[in-house]
Amino acid sequence: MEFLRRALNPWGEDVPIGVSWDLIWAAVIIGAVFVVVHALMVPKKVGTAEIDEDEARGLPDKLQRHKPGARGFHWSMSATMFVLLITAFFPVIGIQFPWVTIHWIAGVLLILTVIYHIYHVFAKQDFWTMWIDRRDIEEGKLGLKAALGRTDEERPRAGKYPVDQKMFHHIAMVVTLGAVVTGVLMMFRIDNFLWAERTYMFSDAAWGWIYVIHGVCGIGLILLVIAHVYFAIRPEKRWMTWSMINGWIDRDRYLENHDPARWTVAEAGSAAAEAEGD
Amino acid sequence: MAVIRDMIAPFELFQPAGVDDAVRLMDEYGDEGWVLAGGLDTFDWFKDRIKRPAAVIDLAAVEEIRGIAEGAAGGLDIGAMTSLTAVAEHAGVQSGYPLLAEAAGLVATPQIRNQGTLGGNIVQDTRCWYYRSGWPCYRAGGNICYAATRRSMNREHCIVGADRCVAVNPSDTAPALVALDAEMVVVSTSGERTYPAADFFIGPDIDIERMTVLEPGDLLTRIVLPAPWEDARWYFEKIRDRKSWDFSLVSVASNLQVQGGVIQDARVVVNSIAPYPVRMGAVEAAIRGREPSDETGQMAGEIAVEGARALRHNDYKIALTRNLVRRSIRDAA
Repeated sequence: MEFLRRALNPWGEDVPIGVSWDLIWAAVIIGAVFVVVHALMVPKKVGTAEIDEDEARGLPDKLQRHKPGARGFHWSMSATMFVLLITAFFPVIGIQFPWVTIHWIAGVLLILTVIYHIYHVFAKQDFWTMWIDRRDIEEGKLGLKAALGRTDEERPRAGKYPVDQKMFHHIAMVVTLGAVVTGVLMMFRIDNFLWAERTYMFSDAAWGWIYVIHGVCGIGLILLVIAHVYFAIRPEKRWMTWSMINGWIDRDRYLENHDPARWTVAEAGSAAAEAEGD
Repeated sequence: MAVIRDMIAPFELFQPAGVDDAVRLMDEYGDEGWVLAGGLDTFDWFKDRIKRPAAVIDLAAVEEIRGIAEGAAGGLDIGAMTSLTAVAEHAGVQSGYPLLAEAAGLVATPQIRNQGTLGGNIVQDTRCWYYRSGWPCYRAGGNICYAATRRSMNREHCIVGADRCVAVNPSDTAPALVALDAEMVVVSTSGERTYPAADFFIGPDIDIERMTVLEPGDLLTRIVLPAPWEDARWYFEKIRDRKSWDFSLVSVASNLQVQGGVIQDARVVVNSIAPYPVRMGAVEAAIRGREPSDETGQMAGEIAVEGARALRHNDYKIALTRNLVRRSIRDAA
């Protein structure tokens, strides 16, 4: 299996022109193997922890985890991501349709959702809730050991977001931004409603690497989407998935999975409680 | 341009005697196989050493797809290996489908028409010289169109239907077959399929590396012509740089059913302005119920070029298309 597609340009230079499409199947196979192995090895624990009544006192029955803006961003991004992946890879595997226009329009929508998300993060949310700190690293280590069966120690409760969710976010952020930046550059190769083509603004080799990075990010997104969808439908994670639909989690889930010291929720009935959530 | 060399890269030659053997070999070799009909498109590729197939499947001995026979319901059934001369000179084609006879008779030179086949003329690859020079353009699996930039030499390229690639379909018979509502019969190891001619050709938006629906393993075996329209009038014109021998810059094929001095039904198809023969649906709708007059033709010409977008060197194709469509309505006989 090769990783790059290469070609001789008109000046006889051997330049990359993109990633090998074999990597699509490699990503699908790796994703499928991961899902199967994980499903077989990691037990599904649903709501087994005991709730501390003292901690529960004064908390509302439902706690907002995601504001409508955050949910809107998530589902908009999901929709555009699926459209981008389908329009990018289905034609490569032989399902032919006019995909280019749909692809770049979905790309533009993705950029708009990312811009909105960045604004939302800085203007409306607590930026640091997604930051990985020392306690997250400890939580991650214990979680990994527990998953591998090397410890019986209870995994510490997370802040607002578990460390694995934070890591997924950061990896997805890097990969998505890689695809977005290279995608915008690739639009300079064709006339579009924003600008006329500037095919020779980079050398053939530089263009080739832009295509390679775009392809690598696209294939990375296949893996990330497989993992994300898999975890979203796992029984012990479904409460998180539901919270991305209806915005809230119940008190027991909160106390079971979140450390009130790290994610502080206002008491029931207060104005602050109404304003909670990102 | 690429350097034509004195030696063709080696390949394994197969000369099947029947369609079944041919498609079996094509299936076996997949995209490593190359189907040889008349060889007129093939040997350019081979001598340039740009196409280097592992196997060449020569159809010269496949007699079952050579010749013209009466088809069902008064139509004609033309084998894909029938020479262009045979098509142009066939009495049934000349009487029932003079549009096709004219188009086939205007392909290249008499020698080429003797050797070239109808199937080969239909499925021939584009003449874009950037692509045929073997450079890694979109159509060749790369990530650039060398013909679409502001510095490109693109006088022969497209004004509609571009999607990253701006190459055009060069076939003379293709627009005539689309105008005649022909059907293309395709055989592979999985069976036989039939496509309306208008759906047989595809643009780069669907697949940038192909000009037709044919995939590796697919063989175009027959072209089926339905019975000609009653009271049909037709027109074919091919504009080229050299009248003696050249590919078209723009060609037009029209097939009009005129009764009581009024156009009842119409097919108007223009080629070499897009990566596929362009059936002018808006023109056809607009001229139905009208007289085939100059006025109607003028209106049709204006409609035909709506949305056309010239490249740096081919804006003349817009005027040419407008006038050819106009003439194809006005002068159809």
